[in-house]
Amino acid sequence: MKKLINDPENVVREELSGITRAHGDLVEVHIDPHYIVRKDAPVQGKVALVSGGGSGHEPMHGGFVGMGMLDAACPGEVFTSPTPDQMEAATKAVDGGAGVVHIVKNYTGDVMNFEMAAELVRSEGSEVESVLVDDDVAVQDSLYTAGRRGVGATVLMEKIAGAAAEQRRPLKEVADLCRKVNDNARSMGMALTSCTVPAAGKPTFELGDDEMEIGIGIHGEPGRQRMKAAPAHDIVEMMATPIVDDLPFKSGDQVLAFVNGMGGTPLIELYIVFNELASFLDGRGIGIGRNLIGPYITSLEMQGCSITLLKLDDELTELWDAPVKTPGLRWGV
Amino acid sequence: MTVTHDDVVRWIRAFADAIAENKDSLTDLDSAIGDADHGINMHRGMTAVLGKLDGDGSADIGTLLKTVGMTLVSSVGGAGGPLYGTLFLRLGAAAAGKEELTDEDWVAMVTAGVEGVQSRGKAEPEDKTMVDALIPARDALATAVAAGEPFAGALRSAAAAAEEGMKATIPLVARKGRASYLGERSAGHQDPGATSSWLLMRTAAETFGDHTE
Repeated sequence: MKKLINDPENVVREELSGITRAHGDLVEVHIDPHYIVRKDAPVQGKVALVSGGGSGHEPMHGGFVGMGMLDAACPGEVFTSPTPDQMEAATKAVDGGAGVVHIVKNYTGDVMNFEMAAELVRSEGSEVESVLVDDDVAVQDSLYTAGRRGVGATVLMEKIAGAAAEQRRPLKEVADLCRKVNDNARSMGMALTSCTVPAAGKPTFELGDDEMEIGIGIHGEPGRQRMKAAPAHDIVEMMATPIVDDLPFKSGDQVLAFVNGMGGTPLIELYIVFNELASFLDGRGIGIGRNLIGPYITSLEMQGCSITLLKLDDELTELWDAPVKTPGLRWGV
Repeated sequence: MTVTHDDVVRWIRAFADAIAENKDSLTDLDSAIGDADHGINMHRGMTAVLGKLDGDGSADIGTLLKTVGMTLVSSVGGAGGPLYGTLFLRLGAAAAGKEELTDEDWVAMVTAGVEGVQSRGKAEPEDKTMVDALIPARDALATAVAAGEPFAGALRSAAAAAEEGMKATIPLVARKGRASYLGERSAGHQDPGATSSWLLMRTAAETFGDHTE
């Protein structure tokens, strides 16, 4: 294992220390329990958004704390859900009296830990709405599984709901907007290489030099199928077809197209993917109203990408365009 | 027979030792069908628990087990944290105020603990989870104690049932947790959670059984 780290045990703590030093103007980092809050928290009268998850997906979630997006993020160990005491402390730190939304990606650990945290803070009088993100179409049969995983739509949800909260919309409305984003977004990922969890010291899975995994999760969970590597054109078709068919996205729809890098893939390749995706959608009569291209929800050093499509309407477009000022996403300010 | 506060402390230490010894193999099992962190997470949690065992002057077994549960909840993360945390919290609640445990107490505690795990994780038997080791262990324990068997033997039956349940997860297709995303590909691998649960029952048999014959 070659990594730019010191002791594998201290990876998260040292990362948080780096974030403090880099972005102390925007966020405040608390250690033991670990959580990141926006500098001006709690914002009185504003619904607060709290998310969290395992580390290793940077900039998500900590990089999305700030004006127009999250009020707090709880980083767990690498690829491990954070714990209820972190979520409880973060929720209390950002509750400005208008209630708190917990944005939870659909993984067994995240769901159970956020559930315990919500029980704790509700018993102490905070109003909490939990929303689940489960946009990954790679998981086909959710009847006999833990359900679809939460992936790319999380980033879009955090941005859009964050803008709505800045407009001082009430708790129920912000939570419903999160659900609207989830209902209208679908994603699929793929990997060219594995990733290595620092504490494990070896690759999470083995993939031959000439192989790729279609439908990969953001923790290296296997996907739909393993096959010989193919040109970007074919890969995009294999990913975009099930996404478009699932919602379904129809001719005449306007979408936000999000091409996400898994951590080890350069932008030059992500633009090639976006180019193929634009042609694919064009062929289906689907217009790209907005786009986001880059590594925003990563899987350590994995090479690969994910595609997320969100069906836009005027409300979602306006909220997407609204100002945001976080370490990982910034425009309009 | 009676189990004392000191016995429970020895059991927790033995479980922590067993997790430390099996840290890599638990993580290997998890990397085959999950996200390669079960051994690492449980080890971090039990190390934190060991730090809390010293200096607890109380003889109340309930308090001790609740401390173990809260420590696991706040240090393990993943799915293991809430599940093992809830297990120990329920064991503690069922032992509240007790400084010694009878074999009936232990049956009631294990029953409450397993119920807690099921209500937190919503897993049913054969979903390929820790429940597949815990339910057979609970049933074997309850049956043996009800039949008036010596406690050490009842504990051994429980550990053996947990081991059998753990091995029986190998051919199962996972329906809960991250392994469920693998579908048919999850068959052929032993469930890591069922494996750590077997260690829990095995260490209980080893520590409580050695002086209660």
